[in-house]
Amino acid sequence: MTQVNRLAGGQVDRSKELSFKFDGKSYRGYQGDTLASALLANDVRLMGRSFKYHRPRGPLTSGSEEPNAIVELRSGARQEPNTRATTAELFDGLTAKSQNRWPSLAFDALAINDRLSNFLAAGFYYKTFMWPAVFWEKLYEPIIRKAAGLGSLSLQDDPDSYDKGFRHCDLLVIGSGPSGLMAALTAARAGAEVILADEDFLLGGRLNAETYAIGDEDARDWAAATVAELGAMSNVRIMPRTTVIGAFDHGIYGALERVSDHVAVPADGKPRQILWRIYTKQTILAAGATERPIAFEQNDRPGIMLASAMRAYVNRWAATPAHTVAIFTNNDDGHRTAHDLAAKGVTVAAVIDTRADALKSEHFEVIPGATITNTQGRLGLTVIEVTLSTGQTRSISCGALGVSGGWNPNVHLASHQRGRPTWMPEISAFGPGATLPEGMHAAGAAMGQLSTHGALQSGAAQALVALKAMGKEGARPDPPEAEDAPIRITPFWHVSGAKRAWLDQQNDVTAKDVKLAHQENFRSVEHLKRYTTLGMATDQGKTSNMGGLAIMAELAGKSIPEVGTTIFRPPYTPTAIGAFAGRSAGADFRPIRKTPSHFWAEEQGAVFVEVGMWLRTQWFPRPGETHWRQSVDREVAQTRKSVGICDVTTLGKIDVQGADAATFLNKIYCNPFAKVPIGKVRYGLMLREDGIAMDDGTAARLAEDHFVVTTTTANAVGVYRHMEFVRQCLFPDLDVQLISTTEAWAQFSVAGPNARNLLRKVVDEEHDISNEAFPYMGCGEISVGGVRGRLFRISFSGELAYEIAVPTRYGDALIRKMVAAGEEFDAVVYGTEALGVMRIEKGHAAGNELNGTTTALNLGMGRMVNKKKDSIGSTLSERPGLNEKDALKLVGLKPVDPADPVPAGAHLMTKGTPVDAAHDQGYVTSACFSPNLGCHIAIGYLKSGDARMGEVIRLVSPLTGVDHDVEVVSAHFIDPEGERLRV
Amino acid sequence: MSDMMPITALGGRSPRVDTHGGVTLTENTNTALASYAARLGSEEKACTVLAEAIGRDLAGPGQVVFGTFDAFWMGPDQWMIAAPHDTHELLAFELSQAAGLSASVTEQNDAWCRFDLTGNRLASVFELLCPVPLRDWTGGEATRTSIDHLGCFVICKDVETVTVLGPRSSAGSLHHALLTAMKAAL
Repeated sequence: MTQVNRLAGGQVDRSKELSFKFDGKSYRGYQGDTLASALLANDVRLMGRSFKYHRPRGPLTSGSEEPNAIVELRSGARQEPNTRATTAELFDGLTAKSQNRWPSLAFDALAINDRLSNFLAAGFYYKTFMWPAVFWEKLYEPIIRKAAGLGSLSLQDDPDSYDKGFRHCDLLVIGSGPSGLMAALTAARAGAEVILADEDFLLGGRLNAETYAIGDEDARDWAAATVAELGAMSNVRIMPRTTVIGAFDHGIYGALERVSDHVAVPADGKPRQILWRIYTKQTILAAGATERPIAFEQNDRPGIMLASAMRAYVNRWAATPAHTVAIFTNNDDGHRTAHDLAAKGVTVAAVIDTRADALKSEHFEVIPGATITNTQGRLGLTVIEVTLSTGQTRSISCGALGVSGGWNPNVHLASHQRGRPTWMPEISAFGPGATLPEGMHAAGAAMGQLSTHGALQSGAAQALVALKAMGKEGARPDPPEAEDAPIRITPFWHVSGAKRAWLDQQNDVTAKDVKLAHQENFRSVEHLKRYTTLGMATDQGKTSNMGGLAIMAELAGKSIPEVGTTIFRPPYTPTAIGAFAGRSAGADFRPIRKTPSHFWAEEQGAVFVEVGMWLRTQWFPRPGETHWRQSVDREVAQTRKSVGICDVTTLGKIDVQGADAATFLNKIYCNPFAKVPIGKVRYGLMLREDGIAMDDGTAARLAEDHFVVTTTTANAVGVYRHMEFVRQCLFPDLDVQLISTTEAWAQFSVAGPNARNLLRKVVDEEHDISNEAFPYMGCGEISVGGVRGRLFRISFSGELAYEIAVPTRYGDALIRKMVAAGEEFDAVVYGTEALGVMRIEKGHAAGNELNGTTTALNLGMGRMVNKKKDSIGSTLSERPGLNEKDALKLVGLKPVDPADPVPAGAHLMTKGTPVDAAHDQGYVTSACFSPNLGCHIAIGYLKSGDARMGEVIRLVSPLTGVDHDVEVVSAHFIDPEGERLRV
Repeated sequence: MSDMMPITALGGRSPRVDTHGGVTLTENTNTALASYAARLGSEEKACTVLAEAIGRDLAGPGQVVFGTFDAFWMGPDQWMIAAPHDTHELLAFELSQAAGLSASVTEQNDAWCRFDLTGNRLASVFELLCPVPLRDWTGGEATRTSIDHLGCFVICKDVETVTVLGPRSSAGSLHHALLTAMKAAL
């Protein structure tokens, strides 16, 4: 027989029967069940094993505060560990496994830990696994992790996607219980844009778990009708299955919507979850309250749960954990559970009330002034042992026990911005503090109004306060009649004398552990938390913290508010990392930037490399080439022999205009720019304020008041940001306007002896690009096939070279046109590797040389820093420390034995001196194989390098085993006189 | 006929069109753009010239005006002007001529890719993309925002017509983000 514990009624849809599996066994439940309610209906109380001692455990709660019923949900790549059975919405075909047990849930070999509990008390790990230190990482940690796991990962990629979203509203209402619904209704009727979020899939909060009436209606019907009214309003958005996980600055809240967790597989294109950022003007915290347990001996057996949870299972899900139950309480609310269960036909064996003045009942036995001092049942509760007020002991058989120790307002979100909760003696609990996050108002049980009447009233009242803060008028609705029972509670936290009374069931922390921590002088509540791990599990101690505080207060002789609480931090409930990543995962981790020739390059089978977000062509393999060096050597050799083409669009381009454009560039660059003629390009070096070299590039003067500045690819954004800072903050009186045009123009380098010959076939005839008309460092406007363009005669390779630019949409056409035009010259298109080889051969500095520690002097450009003008960094570049006599200088390096490599990163040592840091002479920054020189070459920094030309020094790299001789040469391996540039 | 044939930002010969859930996503290549920034001390003249050029009052912060030329506010005394590329490829030059020394004008034609979204549930799509409060917009708003790490402009013509300008080199990534959001939201 299935569902033996299923009762009549409830809010499950019996017309929709669902099948599911738990630990391989099939069960049936109904639409509207959670995994926990369905298992209880099937008489399954044992759902997991505890973290440390592997004790059998069943659900303690019916909500997101659950510490025990933690399972692995789903299978395959979708397997998700540490999921709360109490919130997992049942769907057809759901599979779940218990976790942290071996070989089975009923028989767990690691339950031996429980027998060894005397040795495993709080602080056991800290005291035991201290030495030898090396054992911690290699031995102890792996073993402990294996023994104390909370489920396992699938180790497969998550097949689902997650979204991030942004919503705006006037009023966010967190929680849809009576106060939340009334607040939303009040604000919505006043015309406010309202978002109503609730972590449950059924709105109504506790109303769904109760049997009383609101007005003339059943509370559940009132909730449904109110939700329906709100749902019909265009200014209300209802977000079920949405947990508000954090309260952040400026009225911004984080909320996780579980879009597809209640189905086996998300619908096509739909995310599994959405992490919303909700921008609010005002917020009502109507998150309700959480019942707390009482600690007593062996209080963790499956079947022992919060009385409110038991009531919810019976009323909402029509599932009783057992047919005979008992209640242990210190307040009147426990009696309500007993009444509801009795009304449903469940046998209430007894209500054990710690208070001598307990309520009386005609329907069940009430034992006043009594406590529970022990329980029995290996895998589930069978017997409770009650110590009567007379001191006598009595055993009572029952399959489940509801425990009620009072209610704690859910103040978490009220405290995320370091607001400290305030003690409310009337309910013996902490309520929201005086300092709530900006715009937040607490209502209902979250502010300690534990009656339904109080919740309805405060929801409406707080909504009016919020409306007023927004400058809106609202009408107070007439809250319907509802129960308004006074709170009668006599605080009772734990039964003294217990040896194993559990406080934090998820982290296996007992009352004794708290006593031990106190005994060992951990007096701060924050230290108590960390030493015992109380409240540090995924449930964040929602059911355990108060018990720990109470015991600590008792031991310290303080009141609970004097002990205080620990800091509340988001997220309110566990949130998948995938939700924080959103769509930025895998191939979509970051956007891709494609060059204008990208699609053409793809057709050629080019190999691409990521350069920041750009995908640049690294080299173009040709048939028969089996190694990248073959392709790169060919590209370099052919460029120097004839002509090569390279897409250099990625280099930053910044349009600089204004009457003071030249003056501005004179400040930005350390070398003079004021007198650059129109139609000319000048190489420039930019320094940081501290005198360190920042970036190099060129500035082309297109008009008196118009320049185009180029930057390196890597520093394009940084340089633009720097220039904006200088413009806006340092020289706001200069008339300069900046805008990036990197993307606007497709720009190609055309380099090599035949560069001009090729371009003559491409550039329209009316433009004279002869050496005389368009000399080295010239620039001007041209056209290509009638398309507007720009031509710059600049070279990064040391060859006769140009950079030609057209509007980006024509970049693809231009590369095709140039390749076709270059056929007669055997032109090649080259990638970044060949580009790198040629700039090293020419001794051009790039990112490796501009490494944030080097100066113009180091780069061999000391004289470029103009002393006659004030430019950024020029003064501090004169610091003595940057101008030592033996300063590093950029040099070229050639191996004495041509077969030897000269790897970047290797260090330079004077021959005959020890190889140690004290004798270090410098280091290699960039290296390559030069097909033109037929050996490896490098450039790097060497102390007094400019005075050591021809010296043979030692190149060492202990990490890679390099140790051989290299010769110091000029960094300009190719055409040191620069003749090729000017032909 | 010139062999200099343009391609779209997505690499096609013609603009790409996608439809999902009642929303149409269209790559728009027929847009010339020019940034227009008043020069120091010439703000009044620059604004007058631009207002005359577009035949409308200039848009204030967060706003856009539509006409033969569309213009949205980018910063203090700074606007982006848009016009059909077919007829105004030299938009920057034309504006520069009109402004003289009162404003700096820079061609932005191909700095941006443009996607137009039309449909009646655009707010649901955009709330998965960026913090723009599209639900509150009625038309005439424009703002700079970030979509999947890309700096973009979102421009609202009316509640059923929204344009996104994004960096042209990342057109593929931006298009993917827009289409993914459409499929997720609709």
